[in-house]
Parts: sequence; structure tokens; C-alpha cells
Amino acid sequence: MAEVATETRPPGAAAIALKRIAIVPAFNEQESVTHVIEEIRAFDPDFEVVVVDDGSTDGTAAAAARLGAHVVRLPFNLGIGGAVQTGFRYAFEHGFELAVRVDGDGQHDPAQLGLLLGPVVAGEADIVVGSRFASDGGYRSSRSRRVGISILAKTVSLLVRRRVTDPTSGFQALNRRAIALFAADYPHDYPEVEAALMVHKHELRMTEVPVHMRERSAGQSSIGALASVYYMVKVLLALFVGLFRKNVTPLEEAR
Amino acid sequence: MTPLTVSIVAAIASVVLILVVLELIRSRRLRERYALLWLLTGIVLLALSVWRSGLNTIAGWVGIETYPPAVLFAVGALFVLLVLLHYSTVISKLHDQNTVLAQRLALLEQQLRERA
Repeated sequence: MAEVATETRPPGAAAIALKRIAIVPAFNEQESVTHVIEEIRAFDPDFEVVVVDDGSTDGTAAAAARLGAHVVRLPFNLGIGGAVQTGFRYAFEHGFELAVRVDGDGQHDPAQLGLLLGPVVAGEADIVVGSRFASDGGYRSSRSRRVGISILAKTVSLLVRRRVTDPTSGFQALNRRAIALFAADYPHDYPEVEAALMVHKHELRMTEVPVHMRERSAGQSSIGALASVYYMVKVLLALFVGLFRKNVTPLEEAR
Repeated sequence: MTPLTVSIVAAIASVVLILVVLELIRSRRLRERYALLWLLTGIVLLALSVWRSGLNTIAGWVGIETYPPAVLFAVGALFVLLVLLHYSTVISKLHDQNTVLAQRLALLEQQLRERA
């Protein structure tokens, strides 16, 4: 397949010399995962892409493999936390120095990766989170979901003693230190919320940058209404207990 | 009316249950997902132990006239049944996943052997 010729240089290309990877968790996203991979390459062709197929029953893995992405197929659905951690493990074991997470459903726009990468590349942050609410971006979503996120945001802000506006955002960039931590241990449901607390307890530097997120282009959200209430209680419990937890040891670098 | 001693002992037992569950989560021996039902059990039993008039009222509703603390037993037993049922579903899922894992591993090993 011939490369599409572009007059303009891809916006992220050659801006950085680090070995970098995009982790794309996908569960039954055969339509959108293709666009996501293409958009990541359009931003920066030197990004390697690993698609973590979380037990899909459609052609997600095949679609990703056709575009030359690394595909890790989980034998059954682990849920978003387990899938993303698989990606961090891959990144860690293959020596990547910089990782971004871009969800396979297309809600994260790879064209905005530059915003996330800035602070990590400059060495100002270990993890950068794209926030829908850090500016008046006008992110549209259901009222109940906004209320839920706002409760979590206030709780997390209180616990980490710093303002966090979008604790459920999975649109993130991480350096090797953060990759090593999450490869060792990553939470399960709404993992980003608990991960924010982990980051704080391990004294990693985390910042938010404002981004726009898109409507999901295909598939359906993995979280229903009743389940949200259950997850909310679960996550709040995990946050409060997490405060008193002993820290895990990040993965050691092989000599 | 529920004897005061019964209420106090039941309340202490509930608090101990809640604390043990919280400690198990903290030390990562119990996942939050499987702890919620236990915590709910502890909270409901604690509420019924402390709220003595409520326990009497509920006993009246279900036709227990002689010994209201029997409601505590009934509620406790009901929750234990729920937890057990929940675990049966969890074990079933683990069983299925274990089968898949064993099959994948065996297939991978076979592939590796053929390549060697």
C-alpha cells in the first residue's frame, strides 16, 4: 500500500527523539480503530502503535493488524483497566520512553497529541492528562455523567490536594517512570481515577491540559446507567481505602 | 423489645466485620468489587442493631412477635446467601476463563514446539 503523500509535514514528526508508542485499547471497535491508527500516524509516523484487543468478537484485531500495528489479543475481556495495563507492560518491556494512550473508540483526537506531549517532553511532568473540563470546551454529555465526573473530580482534588478537573480522562501521555509504575499496578474500573491517587502517592508529577473530545464514532459506551452508580460507589471506596495503602514497587529496569 | 445486650453485641460484631473487610481491601487481599456486598451486609446489620425501635417495627411487619432479634439472624442469613450466590457466579466465570487460558497456553506451546 502506497503512503499518502502529504505536502505539509506531520505536526508531531521528528519533534522528539524519544522511542515512543501509542497504546490503543479497543473492544469491538473494528470501524473506528482504523481511523485512530491512521490519525496517530498522520500526527507522527514515528509513533509505534500497539492495539490491545480486549477480547473483541468482531474484526478489531484483523483491522489493526492490516495497518501494521502491533496487536495484543487478550483471550477474554479484562475491562479497560486490564487492557490498558497490558499496553503499559508492552511499552515497558519493549523499552519505550514515551507512551500516549488513545482509546480505540475514536473519542480521543490524535491531532491534539501535541498538547499532551509538550509537558512530558519538556521534562515538566511525568504524566499529562487531556481534560475536557479544564477550559470552556463545551463537552457535551449526559447530565448524570457530568455530575458523576464532578463528584469524582472534587474527591480526587481533595485527596491529591491539587485541582483535578477530569479524573476519568484516558487521553494521556506518560514518560518511562509513569509507564513503569502502571505496568506494575493499574486499577480496574474507571482506572484513571484511582491512578491519579497512585500518581500522587508515588510523587510523580501530573498535569492536565485542556483538550476537546469527540463523540464516540462507533460502538457503544461500555458503561450503563445502573452500572455507573455501582462503579461510583466502588471507585469512592477504592479511593478512600487507597489512601491508607502501601505503595506498590514500580517495575525494575532490566540491567 | 430487643435486649440491650443483644443490640450491643450485634453492633460490635457488625463493626468488626466492616473493619476486617476494610483491612482486607487495604492490604490488597480483597478486591473492592467483591468487598461491596460484605460491606453492605455489615452496614445493614449495624443499622438494625443500633436502630432498636426499627428492628421491632420490622419484626412486627414480618410477624415475629416474641423475639425481635430473630430479624437480625434472618437478615444476616439472607445476606450470606446473597454473597454465596454472587461467588457461585464469580467461580463460574473464572472457570470458563481458566479453560480458555489453558487452551491458549497449550496451543502456544504446541506452536513453539513445532517451530523448534
